Order: sequence, then C-alpha cells, then structure tokens
Amino acid sequence: MNVDATVSLPTPPRRSLSVTTGRDRVRKTKQWLAFLMLRGAILIVAAALAVIIGFLLVNGLSSISWSFLTEVPRNNMTEGGIWPCIVGTVLLSLGAMAVALPLGVASAIYLHEYAQPGKFMRVIRLGVNNLAGVPSVVFGLFGLGLFVTVLDLGVSLLAGWLTLGVLCLPVIIGTTEEALKSVPATYREASLALGGTKWQTIWRVVLPSALPGILTGSILGISRAAGETAAIMFTAAVFYTPKMPTSMFSDVMALPYHIYVLATAGTEIEKTRPIQYGTALVLIALVLGMNLFAIFLRAWLQRRGER
Amino acid sequence: MRRSTREILIKRAFMATAVTSLAVLALIMVFLFMEGLPAFSFVSVKGFLLGMDWYPTDEANPAYGILPLIVASGAVTALSSLVAIPLGVMTAVYLAEIASPRVRAVVKPIVEMLASLPSVVIGFFGMVVMAPFLQEFLDIPVGLNLANAALMLAFMSVPTIASVSEDAIYAVPRELKEASFALGATHLETLARVTIPASLSGIGTAVILGMSRAIGETMVVLMVAGGAAVIPDSLWSPVRPMPASIAAEMAEAPFRGHHYHALFATAMVLFLVTLCFNILADNISHKHSQTGSASL
Repeated sequence: MNVDATVSLPTPPRRSLSVTTGRDRVRKTKQWLAFLMLRGAILIVAAALAVIIGFLLVNGLSSISWSFLTEVPRNNMTEGGIWPCIVGTVLLSLGAMAVALPLGVASAIYLHEYAQPGKFMRVIRLGVNNLAGVPSVVFGLFGLGLFVTVLDLGVSLLAGWLTLGVLCLPVIIGTTEEALKSVPATYREASLALGGTKWQTIWRVVLPSALPGILTGSILGISRAAGETAAIMFTAAVFYTPKMPTSMFSDVMALPYHIYVLATAGTEIEKTRPIQYGTALVLIALVLGMNLFAIFLRAWLQRRGER
Repeated sequence: MRRSTREILIKRAFMATAVTSLAVLALIMVFLFMEGLPAFSFVSVKGFLLGMDWYPTDEANPAYGILPLIVASGAVTALSSLVAIPLGVMTAVYLAEIASPRVRAVVKPIVEMLASLPSVVIGFFGMVVMAPFLQEFLDIPVGLNLANAALMLAFMSVPTIASVSEDAIYAVPRELKEASFALGATHLETLARVTIPASLSGIGTAVILGMSRAIGETMVVLMVAGGAAVIPDSLWSPVRPMPASIAAEMAEAPFRGHHYHALFATAMVLFLVTLCFNILADNISHKHSQTGSASL
C-alpha cells in the first residue's frame, strides 16, 4: 500500500464533538425549568409537614409538663392533665392490633403462600382493597350498629378494639404481604427439598424471615389506630369519664377525641387552647415517633438484606 | 392425623381467615342498609337525594334532603384534587426519576410522615391557623369554609397519590427509557413522552384512590368545612359534607328515630360512592396493568 495516498486525502474541517445548537439549548432550559418545578412541589410537601409540626411544637411545648402528662382533667376539662386520654389511646391501639394482627397475617399468608391466581383470589383482593377505602366514619357507624348495639357491648374498649381492628386489617395485610414477598423463593425451595411440608416451611422458614417486616407493619397499624377519631367516637370514646378503665367493657377517653371535643364543643374553647395544643403535640409525638421507628427499622432491614 | 390431612386443614383455616375482609365488607354493607333503608319509609329516594333542605331536628317539619351535603362533598373533593393531583404526581415523578438515592432517603419518609399525620391534627391546624389567616388575609366573614377544607384535604391525599403513582412510574421498564435516551431525547422529553404515558394507568389509579380518601375523610371536614348545610355559592362558603354531617349529628340523633335512619342512609350513599371509586381504581389497575414493554 502506498503511504502517500493517505496524505493526499483532504482533511475534514475540524468540528467540535458536541453539536449544541440553539434548539438544544431551549430543550435543556425547558428541562431545567420543569425539574425546578418538581423540586418546588417537593418543597411544598415538606414545608406543609414542617409547618404543622413546627406550629404544634411552638405552641404545645409550653403545655407539656410532668403533671400535664400524669394528671386527670379537672374543672370541666379546663385544667389538669391528659393521663386518661393517653391510657385510653394506648389501650385502644394495642387492643386493635391484637385483633388485626392474627387475622391480617393469616390473610396475607393465604394470599401470598397458598392462593392460586384466579377468580377467588381476585374477589378476596377486591374485598381487601375496598375495605381499605371505606371511610372511617362508616367504620364508626358499622361498629355502632354491630358491636355496640347488636352484640350489646355498649360504648366500650372491646367495641373500639373490634372496630379499629377491622379498620387496620388492610394495613396489616398489605405490609405482611410485602414482607412475605421479600423472603427469597430459594428459602422455601430448600425447606421443601428437605421434605418439609408447606406448613412447616411457612412456620419454620418463611415467617421467621418475614417477622421484622411484619413487625414494621404492625407498628404502622398501631399508629394508624392511635390517630383515628371518627371510628371511635360512637364505639369507645367518651367526652369525659372520671374513672380509669377497669375492664374491657369500660368506656375511655382518647387523645384524638379529646382534641376534637376541646376544640369544637364546650364553652371554654379559647381558654383550653393550651391543653388542645399540648394534647395534639402528645398525639403526633406518639404517632410520628412510631412511624419514624418503623421507617428506620425498614431501612435497617433493607441494608441487612442487601449485605 | 396424617400429614396430608393436616396440611389440608391448615390451608382451609387460612382460607377462612382470608375471607374475613370480604365478610367485614359485606357486614358493613348489611348494617348500613339495615339501618339506612328504613329512612325511605318517611322520605322518598328522590326527595332524599335531591332534596334541598336538611333540617333533621326540626320538631314540626323535619326535612331530610341531602343534596347540599352531596354537593358539598363533591365540591370539597374536586377542589382538593386540583391541588393534590399536580402536587402528588409531581412528588412521585421527582421521587421515582430525579431524586438521588440520598435525597430519596430523606424525602420519602417525609411523604410517609405526612400520610401518617392524624386527621384530627390536620383539622385542628385548619381551625386554629388556616381559618384566622384566611379570614384576615382575604377579609372574608368565616375562615372555616369550602376552600380551607379542600386545602387541608389536599395535604391528606397527596401522600396517597404520590406513593401509588411512584410505584407505577418506578415500574416502567428500563429499556423503554433507554431507547428514548438513545434516540437523543432529554430526560424531560423521556419523562413526558415515554415514562409518564407508560405509567398513566397507575397514576390514574392513584388519583382515584386519593379522591376516594378525600371524599370519605371525616375529621377535617367536620372541623374545618364550616358546617352549613346549604349549596355553596363561592369558594368561601361554609359547607357540610356528608361525613361531617354524620359524625356531628349521630351522637344527638335518637336511637332508631328518623334522624338516625337518615344518617345511616347518608352513610350508605357515602359508602357506595367510595365503593365505586375503589372498584374503578381496581379495574383500571387490572385491565391496563403494566406488562413490560407491551404497555405502550
């Protein structure tokens, strides 16, 4: 080959590799603007949360004291503390979980481990999804109709547990299913290959590895139940009761209902503002605290899973 | 007992539990109808749904028309969607497509925490902060009104819309986006012409679920909407959506009296509306489920 031949070729004009034209700049600017708007949306959402929490902190912190947390309301609920409400809310949400957890976990096990895709499963799923969408006030009326009236439990802890229990059921089913999904199929196959039955596999292999995820779900369920108002206002909670609950047939006071009552009913709305702020602060501390714990637990589990 | 018999029994037991949710849903319906249908012995269905007057406690001449309540529920939900849909979908797009893992790790918990705020706290905020602010700022007679309630509701449905849409956007197959990038599209063009169209059914589901949450939400409208059972004539009119009416009046309604049955009938309407919304959402997500590249 003749080397000189290549030299005689005309050299192409030098051009920059990036072919930025005016149109491209417009496209880039458009993108920059659109993404700026998306960031703005995030800021609005974050600001909403910050404003609500900040406002309650600023106004409520001064109400919080040891006596506020541990004393009973006095003088037509215009003075004193919120101890009965704290006890009521804790009892209500734990009891609700005692109802929802076994039912929810068992439902999720059926849906994820046993059921074959088909009409039956589709109907059950439709039931779960629709139950999740039922308004909480409708749950309240249902509890009033079935538990309080027909089963004659009266306005009581037990009626509240059952009502809140069915209300939380979809939350538990959803989170448990997520937990079951994250158990690798190889675990199940290994157990089955060793001669384990389906049930032995679920009980000894699947459930233990899904347990932390189920725990996260139940914390979320408890926090959902703790903040619920409309479902307990006809079934478990009362304006004011001088007695602490003694059995599961006692009626109780509850934090969310206490806020509602003090803020809307009664003649001393302005005078009891500090109590309202304090109660709201205690409630969101309880609910957000549990949620943060669940979020961190989940993040920790994911990191552990990746390792 | 033989192992296989035991296995079958266990399976049956799980199946029975799984039916619980369905059974509860059915029971809710039974009780609402049982206590709600007697209302139509003293008011016609048409008079109930289209009646303009809601005076259930009037001694001499009680009226049980829930049209103002239905209109109020519709107005509050529609108005809150105007705020919640763009905000929720934008949050979802940002989280699924743009945020770096570190930003995501901070923003996602924020959205989840907003979702977990008890509704009574949001209602309280609307009462003591937003209402006086609106009253002063806009110089209107009442701060507890349609617009205030809608705004508070919007912040309750944003997390629902955001998290369901985010899942949908996240599920768009990578090769679709890569094909678009390979053709020289920018990130924004890929989002607008490929990713979002491909996840539109999921976003639709999210929007319907968010609206269904807003229509059934009780405490916020009970505390913030103002409570007047009239058809609103402006954004700043006080209104009385269905859940607010039920929650506020149930305690005073005489047991199994006319008012009691009328409230259960209102709950029946509310339940059927949310049921329709949820079945619609379910249908969209099933019929147009995203199956890989075939969804475009």
